Amino acid sequence: MLDDFLVRAVLAAVGAALAAAPLGVFVVWRRMAYFGDATSHAAILGVALALALSVPVFAGTLVVALLVAFGVARLTGRGYAADMVLGVAAHAALATGLVASSLLSGPRLNLEAYLFGDILAVSKMDLAVIWGGGAAVAALIGWRWQALLLSTLSPDLAAASGVKPERERVTLMLALALVVAVALKVVGALLIAALLIIPAAAARPLSRTPEGMLAGAASVGVIAALGGLWAAWSFDTPAGPSIVCVAAVTFGISALGGHLVGGRNG
Amino acid sequence: MSGLIEAQGLTLRHGTREVLRDVDFSIAPAEIVTVVGPNGSGKSTLLRALIGALKPSRGKVTRQPALRLGYVPQGLRLDGSMPMTVARFLNLPKRVSAADCSKVLDEAGAGDLADRQMSDLSGGQFQRVLLARALLNDPQILILDEPTTGLDQPGQASFYRQIEALRDRMGCAVLMVSHELHVVMSASDRVICLNGHVCCEGHPEVVAQAEEYRALFGTGTQGALALYRHEHTHRHDHAPGETCDAG
Ligand SMILES: Nc1ncnc2c1ncn2[C@@H]1O[C@H](COP(=O)(O)OP(=O)(O)OP(=O)(O)O)[C@@H](O)[C@H]1O
Ligand SMILES: [Mg+2]
Repeated sequence: MLDDFLVRAVLAAVGAALAAAPLGVFVVWRRMAYFGDATSHAAILGVALALALSVPVFAGTLVVALLVAFGVARLTGRGYAADMVLGVAAHAALATGLVASSLLSGPRLNLEAYLFGDILAVSKMDLAVIWGGGAAVAALIGWRWQALLLSTLSPDLAAASGVKPERERVTLMLALALVVAVALKVVGALLIAALLIIPAAAARPLSRTPEGMLAGAASVGVIAALGGLWAAWSFDTPAGPSIVCVAAVTFGISALGGHLVGGRNG
Repeated sequence: MSGLIEAQGLTLRHGTREVLRDVDFSIAPAEIVTVVGPNGSGKSTLLRALIGALKPSRGKVTRQPALRLGYVPQGLRLDGSMPMTVARFLNLPKRVSAADCSKVLDEAGAGDLADRQMSDLSGGQFQRVLLARALLNDPQILILDEPTTGLDQPGQASFYRQIEALRDRMGCAVLMVSHELHVVMSASDRVICLNGHVCCEGHPEVVAQAEEYRALFGTGTQGALALYRHEHTHRHDHAPGETCDAG
């Protein structure tokens, strides 16, 4: 069954969507959208370095994403304006990655595949990485769930309850680096942040609790993955962007629905 | 150690600004201590250092091991990005029974709010929910940063009554910041007057007479507490009914 490239593509897309959901809700709650952008753009640099050093691409992206995530967190922690640091980091990471990849000799790096994803070329090995990484993300966030929620609402309340907000921040950065490495092959570096944010945002108007929003984000992600692949197949469009388009349409419907039902702003 | 929480030589900087300098502090079980001081004098900073949310640049803070503390931060607001019902909020970070939830909500006068969204609450309702959360798990100490902000008059009065009742019933210590100086006078065992450092501290009566305190809050009509003292000790030319409006 896994020998069919279409089956592999479906499994990869669904796996990436499920891996993105538990982190995506926190990206929305903590307003980390640009943070996600900066970290995922760094993946290109990770790919280039991995190829130059002949190490697995997964390892390269993971390490570089981690370095950028912690570097940015460090700078913003020192009182630099978060917006500015992230703006610099996101674009610098992308540009450095593009330059580095052009310095690599010959046709070894198919840049487009890493920028926009290459889901139809997913191998069994890639599948193992996606589902293994996704399971790790789910386990990590599931383990810290309660503490993460409280530190997101108020670091002071968390500290008073014996939770260490800085440690929970590290948890999220680890998870973010993992998701970036996992989703790279599926939607590409440029659209990973979209896979994080849009399903969670679509779930917001319809949920009353954090758990409800997580379930909603996962559902929307899976719908987008399946719908996007179907669209890509039917209309011969690129798969990654198609997935994000379906997610965006779901968001539009949900926002409209939420507006009509309760007029809740969120 | 004898105190529930102690601080020695606590010095704390925000950036390069030294906000607290050489603060010694200790609070005993069942003691009600109020911190007073002008805006920006470091009251919230002191409380946040005591709960462990801020790291001292010098000195140290020790809390009794496994201390159960309830904390109400100053001016917390939640935006609506995270859906969160009041009942779910009370279950962070530890799950509590539904019975405990409704008990503390009732105690805080927020019994009917359990199913509401946190982001939809009014300022006073929100404050009551924070109080309810602080009352969970039988706290040994309550740390309250201007807890009555936004509460209506009956709410404030019942809040302070409740604090005292709680102390009497459970032996719970209370450390609070308040600008309501007349309340400080009647409800506290000890007052700490803070302005970057501890200006003076002691029994409310004593602090009110202290020069440092008067320098900060003024005498006569400029400081409510000074006014309070004045009215009750010196103004004999008024009818009794008129003189007690500050109490
Ligand atoms: N996060 C922060 N970064 C930089 N400076 C801060 C920060 N928080 C507080 N400060 C500064 O520290 C000083 C003390 O602040 P703090 O909040 O402790 O005052 P406060 O006594 O609680 O005042 P208020 O009565 O207004 O609540 C102020 O000068 C304030 O500007
Ligand atoms: Mg304050």
